[in-house]
Amino acid sequence: MDLEFGERYEAFRQEVRQFLTDHEDRRPTTSLSEAPPGQLSDWLCLQIEHGYWARTIPKEYGGFGGEPDLLETVIMDEEFNRAHVTRGYGAQGPSMLVPTLLAHGTEEQKKRWIAPTLRAETIWCQGYSEPGAGSDLASLQTRASEDGDDFIINGQKIWTSTADTSDMMFILVRTEPDATKHAGISYVLLPMETEGIDVQPLRTMSGDIGENSFNQVFFTDVRVPQANVVGSRGEGWKIANTTLKHERNSLNSNGEGTFLRLVRLMKNEITNGVPAIASPVYRDRLMRLQARMLTMKHHGMRMLTCNLRGEAPGVAGLIVKLQNCQLNFDMASLAIDVMGELGVLYDHTKYERERGFWQAHSFFSLGLIIGGGTAQIQKNIIAERGLGLPREPKPAKA
Amino acid sequence: MDFGLSEDQVLLDKTVRGFLADQVPIERVRELRELDCPNDPGLWKSLSELGLTGILVPEALGGSELKLLDAALVAQALGYAATPSAFLSSSVIAPIALRALDSERIEPWLAGLATGDLRIGVAMMELISSREGAGLRVEGGELHGKSMMALDACSADLLMVAIDEDTLAIVDRGADGVSVSRLRTTDATRCTAEVVFEGVRPLELFEGARSAIGRSLEAGRIILAADVLGACESMIDQAVRYAGQRKQFDRLIGSFQAVKHMCSEMIAELEPARSLLWYAAHAFTAMPDEAPLLSRLVLSHLAEIGREIASTSTQVHGGIGWTDEQNLHFWFKRIGVARHLLGGPETLREQAASLQGFDSAS
Repeated sequence: MDLEFGERYEAFRQEVRQFLTDHEDRRPTTSLSEAPPGQLSDWLCLQIEHGYWARTIPKEYGGFGGEPDLLETVIMDEEFNRAHVTRGYGAQGPSMLVPTLLAHGTEEQKKRWIAPTLRAETIWCQGYSEPGAGSDLASLQTRASEDGDDFIINGQKIWTSTADTSDMMFILVRTEPDATKHAGISYVLLPMETEGIDVQPLRTMSGDIGENSFNQVFFTDVRVPQANVVGSRGEGWKIANTTLKHERNSLNSNGEGTFLRLVRLMKNEITNGVPAIASPVYRDRLMRLQARMLTMKHHGMRMLTCNLRGEAPGVAGLIVKLQNCQLNFDMASLAIDVMGELGVLYDHTKYERERGFWQAHSFFSLGLIIGGGTAQIQKNIIAERGLGLPREPKPAKA
Repeated sequence: MDFGLSEDQVLLDKTVRGFLADQVPIERVRELRELDCPNDPGLWKSLSELGLTGILVPEALGGSELKLLDAALVAQALGYAATPSAFLSSSVIAPIALRALDSERIEPWLAGLATGDLRIGVAMMELISSREGAGLRVEGGELHGKSMMALDACSADLLMVAIDEDTLAIVDRGADGVSVSRLRTTDATRCTAEVVFEGVRPLELFEGARSAIGRSLEAGRIILAADVLGACESMIDQAVRYAGQRKQFDRLIGSFQAVKHMCSEMIAELEPARSLLWYAAHAFTAMPDEAPLLSRLVLSHLAEIGREIASTSTQVHGGIGWTDEQNLHFWFKRIGVARHLLGGPETLREQAASLQGFDSAS
């Protein structure tokens, strides 16, 4: 056990702090998704130049070209969080497509797509889930049939975040209808302006509050060059799995920040003249959550150490998403409970608390319990890969 | 930055687990439960030879002088094997308290703990909860009153008695006027007793011992949490093993999602709790200011997930898990009793809130 970062890293921390102070005027003042495109790109370019974004992406693809160093990443995250500044651009393009292209893309694809994606000049959405293919994603039916050097895509995707504002989609389509379920899928890069794509907003339980805009996307004879396949035809499932791994890694959450916000709320929320935190009943629930939050905080440090040491975390790594998502939902639940009958307000009136943050957080955390692999799928994975329990036998074909 | 066990700690963990698996299999625990006190003197001698009874005693006094995280690994192994021992009282609470007292008197006692020739029972329950008229007072230099649920007092040589939050007495267990009677709990693997003092002159009375008492209880809570963690780990291992062997409806029951999800839920609670335990034990030594809060949160958390895991593991076993013969109940009861030995979770959480100023109305 040694929780000190050491001199070199503390110096790095000072550099990051200095950067954030020096360039305070350059950051977008709105949330990133609402920032004017030019301003966001400039801000990202500045971060890349100093190595605080795209740090390990090679220079020739528009990154900083640094060596991977987990502690540097931790320090950058800590310092940006402390300054309430979003580091980089956490959209699906940088977090999921870029690692996938680096692992499986052709030289041409990497050169063409990575740099503008990092600078938010090209915005991506992910075309995976379908109405009939959720947890059983590999049963997807969106069909891409061959037509000369092109594919013609027909079908439907759902749960497509930001499809309405994206330039491109990385999509999984069935290109080999005669192959087995997993071997018939290809991973394709598709311009959203192509004729035949229809994006329809999908209203969720979050309503108009919160940042989760989902869509359904319909494809009617959409033509895309076969050259846009990443990896080989029929390898899409394998490639998507590297991407999904990146998605699960990116679902980490700042539980401590949410907890501190909850404490503030409970000190300020007055019912019958008494703040919520003075109620032993609510306080007991708060303390239970604090213990759980601390387990996950330090579990994160343990997982980080496993990574630094090059050790496999085993089952301890498989439980993170399941536990973090539930913790977030439970923190939102306590917040909503202490606000009582005014906590359910969901319209920006003077009585609404924190502009509906806790309701939106509750809906969003519930979505995360389901998205990126449902809690039940996570439990299957934990039991089968983590504990070595047998898989469920396949039912005999009728 | 390294948040994990060192090579030495991994080795210590492995050694103690191996030793206990070999020397105290559950069949031996079944024998020990029949005795007046389950703490086996022979086993205590063996533990001292491994350097474990004096794990927190300074090297200069013959101890191993390791840290609380090392002691937590030992406690976890003891919980895993459901081993009866005086480790919590004599190897953790007593030496931590003694070391915090500024007195030459303590040296031979610490040395005795290290060799295993001395055992110190701990009577501190009344600081947390006073029941049935229990309580202690000193009049004219003599100790009067009674203490309930004293730890490992039956087979102890000395007793460490908290008179109040500031005052600690060391009493000869065999002195006139001291009577110890075992209070048998559901947990046959732990010794708890009622101790009555009728005008007993202590060997030593330490005033101004607030910090010694506070630190020893913090250490005790972290170590008790480690014991619960070890017991939970054993119950999960047993459930997973059983689910991978038992067949019903022509299938291994572990292939049913209803069963495998119970196993996943148990391990999903256990592993993060282990991370918090490591941190709390490390903080006790490295960041003592954090220990009052962490020790309470970690024990209350383990008490809650412990109850859930103990119940779930038994349910995975079905009817056989409920029998005496299957032995699972030793861990179930150990976890259940630990919940109340150094303050129940509700009490600990209320104290944790108070430490952070959450109980005042502003």
